[in-house]
Amino acid sequence: MKIMRCPLNGARNITEFVCGGEVKPLLGADPDPRALGRSIYFERNRAGLVWEWWMHVPSAYWFIARRDTRTDEIVRTLTFEEFTAEQVAAREEPVLS
Amino acid sequence: MPFALLRYGLNKKHEPWHIIPPTPAQLKPSYDVVIIGAGGHGLAAAYYLATEHGITNVAVFEKGYLGGGGTGRNTAIIRANYLTPEGVAFYDRSVKLWRTMSDDLGINVMYTERGHLTLAHTDAAVRTSRWRAEVNKHLGVDSELVFPDEIARICPQLNLSRDVRYPVLAALYHPPGAIARHDAVAWGYAMGAAARGVEIHQLTEVIGFDLDSDCVSRVHTNRGSVAAGNVLMAVAGYSSRVASLAGLTLPIKTVPLQACVSEAVKPVLDPIVVSGSLHVYISQTARGEFVMGGATDPYALYSTRSTLDFAESLFAEMLELFPFMHQVRMLRQWAGLSDMTPDYSPVMGLTPIENLFIDAGWGTWGFKATPICGLTMAQCVATRRQPELIEAFRLDRFERFALVGERGAASVGH
Repeated sequence: MKIMRCPLNGARNITEFVCGGEVKPLLGADPDPRALGRSIYFERNRAGLVWEWWMHVPSAYWFIARRDTRTDEIVRTLTFEEFTAEQVAAREEPVLS
Repeated sequence: MPFALLRYGLNKKHEPWHIIPPTPAQLKPSYDVVIIGAGGHGLAAAYYLATEHGITNVAVFEKGYLGGGGTGRNTAIIRANYLTPEGVAFYDRSVKLWRTMSDDLGINVMYTERGHLTLAHTDAAVRTSRWRAEVNKHLGVDSELVFPDEIARICPQLNLSRDVRYPVLAALYHPPGAIARHDAVAWGYAMGAAARGVEIHQLTEVIGFDLDSDCVSRVHTNRGSVAAGNVLMAVAGYSSRVASLAGLTLPIKTVPLQACVSEAVKPVLDPIVVSGSLHVYISQTARGEFVMGGATDPYALYSTRSTLDFAESLFAEMLELFPFMHQVRMLRQWAGLSDMTPDYSPVMGLTPIENLFIDAGWGTWGFKATPICGLTMAQCVATRRQPELIEAFRLDRFERFALVGERGAASVGH
């Protein structure tokens, strides 16, 4: 059994979670349709450490995980508020771009 | 002792038959076409470039070994019972090429039409099956909706009891559904291409491109650099990584797909049986092994590890469909990397880079398309135009919201 730590519910079986995909930059209001298509469907699909959206299904709770897509190691999980605070603090790594 | 045994066994000059063309010692300074990926798709494109378009100054670069990716890991099912008119027309052309492939390539690919049953356990699945049957019939593809009495005749081994959690209500029956020997397909195209002058370089990894005003001018590999007139990438699960070398992002997510094979037993199961609701499919090879698979892993990963979760869930459902399977032992389990697209259709043809062509997004449905994909991609590269048959599968469809939704025809739920 693979375990994931939910920031709200603690350590749970990973079958209780679904992956919501890569964290992508938010588009501004009224985006160009082509940019919108790219934003919805295109993925960086990186092999390595990525930031991802995950949800604990029984509690419908969304959070952020740092995971290695080569080894399936979940490095850490954090709330979206913690994630954005870290991103603002560490501007040198623009993972939202 | 037969004389032939002495003649061949002791003669040091006797050369055994080389199925796989040897890798040339050096790269040439330039090629008309560089194909990245020596799987079935890349090799088929090389073969048809040579046979249909007379282009033979071609190199196929493979970072591992020939046919060692999705080609050697898939479960070798061939069918044309898709849902969209674009998809059905495309896969049906492929089935026609499969039927003559052994003769065309001079190697027995063991193509065998067994019939293909897609079981429906819910009203929604019955409705989708009827929809697919009608689309198929309209386009001249042999498919029909059948009910338990007919299913029992086609596949008497199947548990059709109502006393299970998901009784079989109906099935989409597709008589042309077939299996083939996947390795032989890659070998056949490789031999055919090499005999016409195509170079196949194994253990040759593409590590970068030189771009010159929206064109790829040079391709860098771990064995040196070459100039390239056109570049075709056919690298399945690694598509995003190769495309990123040219600065492109793709609508693709790399997800493992696991499968397994049993020990060999006597022939007992003729048709290929798929259950989308139970996430399982099974066929029996000519050697007697049961080849089985299920849904893709639930999230993106670049690892081909096998999991107990997969085997456990597969057999829990399989035993409900085929109770006799409790006597069969599993022999091997493995995984391959699927390049999944949002609409479960491939990405083929032109890219924003003028001489870079893409053949990707083959997810869990790529093997059956090998011949038609090679043929149309060869035409695309030779003419630098999008062939009509694959017009719907252009990369830019995602920017135009013109998706080709085939999720309903994916063999198992994803």
